[in-house]
Amino acid sequence: MKAILRPAIVLLLVMTALTGIAYPLLVTGLARVLFPAQAAGSLIVRNGRLVGSRLIGQPFSTPGYFWSRPSATSPQPYNGLDSGGSNLGPLNPALIAAVKARVAALRAADPGNDAPVPVDLVTASGSGLDPDISLAAAYYQAGRVARARGLSLSRVRALIAAHAKGRLLGVLGEPRVNVLELNLALDQTH
Amino acid sequence: MTGESWGLLALFLGVALLCVKPLGLYIANVMEGAPIWPLRAGSVLERLIYRLCGVDPAEEMGWKRYAVALLVFNALGALLLYALQRLQYWLPLNPQHFSAPSPDSAFNTAVSFITNTNWQSYTPETTMSYLTQMAGLAVQNFLSAATGIVVAVVLIRGLARHTAKAIGNFWRDLTRVTLYVLLPIACVLALVLVSQGVIQNFSPYKQVTMLEPVTYQQQKVDAAGNPVTDGAGNPVMQTVTTRTQTLPMGPVASQESIKELGTNGGGFFNANSAHPYENPNAFTNLLEMLAIILIPASLTYTFGRMVGDTRQGWAVLAAMAILFVGLYALCNYSEQAGNPRIAALGVNEAASALQSGGNMEGKEVRFGIAGSTLFATIATTTSTGAVDSMHDSYMPLGGMVPLFDMMLGEVVFGGVGSGLYSMLIFAIIGVFIAGLMIGRTPEYIGKKIEAFEMKMSAIAILVMPLIVLVGTAVAVSVQAGQAGVANPGAHGFSEILYAFTSAGNNNGSAFAGLSADTLFYNTALGLAMWLGRFWPIVAVLAVAGSLAAKKRIPVTEGTMPTHGPTFIVLLIGTVLLVGALTFVPALALGPIIEHLMLWSH
Repeated sequence: MKAILRPAIVLLLVMTALTGIAYPLLVTGLARVLFPAQAAGSLIVRNGRLVGSRLIGQPFSTPGYFWSRPSATSPQPYNGLDSGGSNLGPLNPALIAAVKARVAALRAADPGNDAPVPVDLVTASGSGLDPDISLAAAYYQAGRVARARGLSLSRVRALIAAHAKGRLLGVLGEPRVNVLELNLALDQTH
Repeated sequence: MTGESWGLLALFLGVALLCVKPLGLYIANVMEGAPIWPLRAGSVLERLIYRLCGVDPAEEMGWKRYAVALLVFNALGALLLYALQRLQYWLPLNPQHFSAPSPDSAFNTAVSFITNTNWQSYTPETTMSYLTQMAGLAVQNFLSAATGIVVAVVLIRGLARHTAKAIGNFWRDLTRVTLYVLLPIACVLALVLVSQGVIQNFSPYKQVTMLEPVTYQQQKVDAAGNPVTDGAGNPVMQTVTTRTQTLPMGPVASQESIKELGTNGGGFFNANSAHPYENPNAFTNLLEMLAIILIPASLTYTFGRMVGDTRQGWAVLAAMAILFVGLYALCNYSEQAGNPRIAALGVNEAASALQSGGNMEGKEVRFGIAGSTLFATIATTTSTGAVDSMHDSYMPLGGMVPLFDMMLGEVVFGGVGSGLYSMLIFAIIGVFIAGLMIGRTPEYIGKKIEAFEMKMSAIAILVMPLIVLVGTAVAVSVQAGQAGVANPGAHGFSEILYAFTSAGNNNGSAFAGLSADTLFYNTALGLAMWLGRFWPIVAVLAVAGSLAAKKRIPVTEGTMPTHGPTFIVLLIGTVLLVGALTFVPALALGPIIEHLMLWSH
C-alpha cells in the first residue's frame, strides 16, 4: 500500500502546485501584460467614476433610455452577485403571467405602438446580466426614446445603426446592440 | 431551422474534424512515448516528478494495481478538495471573506469535481474563494480529465496488446497527459479567451455607479442580520433603491479554458457560460464548444492509430457525428419554433435579419437560438455540463434533447476519455449482438469477446440506468425530494429526472430550478456521481486487462469488419436501443407529456 500512497500524495501535491498555482499565475501575468483592459473586466469609466462594464448589463426603466432585457436575478434585477435565469418551464403559469405584465408595461410606456413586441425584450436572459438586446428590440423602442428625449426618430435610429453588431462570418452572433453603450451615447447626444 | 443554425453547425464540425488527426496523433505519441519536441522540453520536469514520487515510470502495472492506484489518487483528491473548501475562511486569496460551505455541500462539490461531473449546488460568486476555485476546483478539472483519458488509453492498449500482463503505469500516464496535452492547450486557450473579454485577475469585487437607480423589494433584516417575519410567519418586505451594482472578479479565464477542454463544466459563476465574463461573445462561444469536442473527438484517432488501423477510429467517430447532428437538429428546431403561449400575447418570435427569435427565455441575445442549442447539445452529449442558456426554460422537446443526450451514456463524443471507453464498450456489445445473429464467436480488433468481457461490459453499461432510475424513483417518493421542485406538473418530474441523469452520467448540467443545495440532494447526488464514475471505470479496466492477456486472432473471411458502414449502423443502433429501451418510459412521464399538453390547446 505504501508503494501506492507515497506517489499518490506527492503527485497530488505537485499537480496542485502546477495546475492550481503556477498555471493561473502565469495566465494572470501574461493577461495583465497583453490584454490589461479585458482581464480587468472591460470597465467603463466616465469622469473618474466607474459606471459599468461593457459586458455586464444594467437595468433601465425610464422612457428616455433603451430598456435592457428582463433579469431574473434577486433581489434586484442585474444583481452581479446572483447571475442566473428564471428557470421557469415553458408551461409554467408564472412565466406566462410575467411575459404578459412586461408586454403591458412596454405598451403603457409607448402608447400607440401596436407592433408585436420582440421576444427578447419580454423574456429573462440566461445570465440575468445580458448586456445586449436584439436590433428588433432596439428599433421597437426607438419611438419612445425619441419622444422622451425630444430627438428626431431618424436621429435615434441612426444611433442604433451606429452601435449595431451583426453576424461574424454570417453565422457567429446575432443582430444586437449593447444597451449600456447605446444609452451612454444617447446621454452625449444633444 | 434557419440557415445560420446549419451554418454554425458546419463551421463547428468542420473545424473540429480538421483537428482530429493532428491532435489524435499527438496524444498517441504522448502516451506511447515517441520522441517529439514538447516532450523533450518538459522531460526535466517529468523526471523530477517521478523522482519525488519515488516511482519507476518504466515499471508497468496489471489492471488491478492500476485500478487501485487510480482509486486511491482520486479519493485523496476528494479529501483535499473537501478540506480546502471547509478551511477557505482561514486561507489566503479570499478577498470577499467567504466562510466555509456546509459539510454536505462541500462533500457534494468535492465528489462532483473529482468525478468530472461539476454539478454545482452552490452559487460560486458568493461561496467560493479565489483559492478554492483555482487550487481546488480547477486542479480537479485537470486531474479528473486526465483520469478519464488514461482509462481510455488503457482500454486501447488492452485491444492493441496481446498476451500481455501489464497495461501501463498510472503515475506516468497521468503525469504525461496533464503536462503535455492538457496544460499547454489550456494555457493558449485561456489567453485567447482573455483577449475577447473573459476576466483574469485577483481584485476584490468592483462597485459600479449605474446610469439609473433601481428600486426593488427585499425582506427586512433586524440589527443582528436575521430576516424579519410578521406574526403569521410571512416575510416583512421593504422597498430599497440603489444605484450600485457589484461586479464579481477573479481568475476566470484560466479556469474557463480547462473547464471546457476537460469536459468538466463547472462555472466560475452561477450562470456558467451564459455569464458575459465567462463567455463574452459568439466567437468565444465557438471556441468553448470546440474546446469541449477537441479531445473526445481526437481520441478516436488515437484509438485507430494505437490499434494499428485508423479506419477503426474513423468508424467510431462517424457514428458519434451522425448521432450528434440528429440530436442538434431536434433541439434547434424545437427552440426556434418558440413558445405558442408567449406568441399569443402579441410577442414576435419569428427569426429575421433583426433578431434570432424563437424561445428566448433563459437565453442570451449574443448566442441566439443557434449558439445556445449547439452549445446545449455539445455540452450534454459530452459530459461537460456547461450551459450557455438555461435548459430548464427550454421547450419540452428542446429540453428533452439534453436529457436524452445524457441518457445515451455520454458516448456521442462523450467526456474526455470516458466518451471513448464507453463507446468502445458499446462496440463490444454491438459485435456481441451481431455475433448472436450470425452464430459466430464475436470478436473486436482481433480479440475474442468472451463471457468475462461481456459480464464486465454489461456492468459498465447498466450501472448508470440503475442509478438514474432508482435515484429518481426515490426522490419523487419522499418529501425531501419533492421539496426541491420549482415548476409544477410534468416539468417538476423532469427536473428530478434531469438531476439524477446528470449525476449518474457525470455530466453536471441541470434543470436549475431544482433547489439541490439540501442535505438530501447533496448526499443522494454525491453518491450517484461517485458510483456513476468509478464503477464503470473499474469494469473498463477489467475488460482492458482481460483483453490484453488474450492472443490476437488473425483476420479471416468470417471476421466481421468493424470499420464499414454496416458497423457504424450497428453501433448507432446499439447505443439508441439501450438508451431508448431504458429511458422512454421515464421520458414519457416528463417532457413528452409536457409537449402534448403544450400543443393540444
